[in-house]
Amino acid sequence: MQITLNGERFELDRPVSVTDLLAKLDIDPRRVAVEHNLGILKRQRFPEVLVHEGDTVEIVNFVGGG
Amino acid sequence: MNDSPFVIGGRTFRSRLIVGTGKYPSNAVMAQAHEASGADMVTVAVRRVNISDRSRESLLDYIDTARMFILPNTAGCYTADEAVRTAHLAREAGLSNWVKLEVIGDERTLFPDNEALIEATRRLVKDGFVVLPYTNDDPIACRKLEDAGAAAVMPLGAPIGSGLGIQNVNNMRIIREFARVPMIVDAGVGTASDAALAMELGADGVLMNTAIAGAQAPVAMATAMRHAIVAGRLAFLAGRIPRKMYATASSPVEGLVGR
Repeated sequence: MQITLNGERFELDRPVSVTDLLAKLDIDPRRVAVEHNLGILKRQRFPEVLVHEGDTVEIVNFVGGG
Repeated sequence: MNDSPFVIGGRTFRSRLIVGTGKYPSNAVMAQAHEASGADMVTVAVRRVNISDRSRESLLDYIDTARMFILPNTAGCYTADEAVRTAHLAREAGLSNWVKLEVIGDERTLFPDNEALIEATRRLVKDGFVVLPYTNDDPIACRKLEDAGAAAVMPLGAPIGSGLGIQNVNNMRIIREFARVPMIVDAGVGTASDAALAMELGADGVLMNTAIAGAQAPVAMATAMRHAIVAGRLAFLAGRIPRKMYATASSPVEGLVGR
């Protein structure tokens, strides 16, 4: 199945939780914010929210800026 | 000399210098410059995580978060909607409800779109944010931002990254006189004297990134900025002498030898 992850197409075998998706990507969940289908997810909901075929996911973090 | 504490949105800061985290030669140099600056608030940007290259080190590994308050920005946003969305993401990624609000109106100058900025301020304040908007050096815009609930006003000294110094000294004075919230000069500082001038005009603080990060020796420049902020603040509090056209002798005119 395919999702749109940070604007790019991304392949997944099956629907996964946001927690599992972050683990698969080697991303520390404490340092990012996640938008799922344009809605911001509270961190405590990462384990329960499933990413399905065709979903849009944005994962952002802090970078250098002024 | 006694000074009132630097308070924004109910939070007290030790330093009146706020520094950025962008464009340093390395994260290690940034960490040293932060230390040298004495700042206890740093700005960061919010961007997509690089999915294909996870090897890049995390910015937060180089910021002492026990000491530094993190102020996320909405740099690169061109509409109120984008800025509000980015602020909400920043709140989820971070630990606070503070935001340095930028809504840019033009790519070449990076001047703010004041109309959208005021709208975004109003919306974010309603959502519970402490909003620090980056704005034009326009006293009326600053007043409207304050009315919209901004916790501080942050007029630009000159375009972002330009290093031109404070272009409209008189407006800065007027903004400071009008504002009931802190005025932080944000952007345009090129060197230490620019920062000192901002403080001499009565600014409550100065925010800068490129002036330090882009200097040939960022750590030395951070030290210079720390001193400039303190010097400028003290000069402001001390009260400068009036400007006069002609000389007034400093030494006595009586008792000159041979007269």
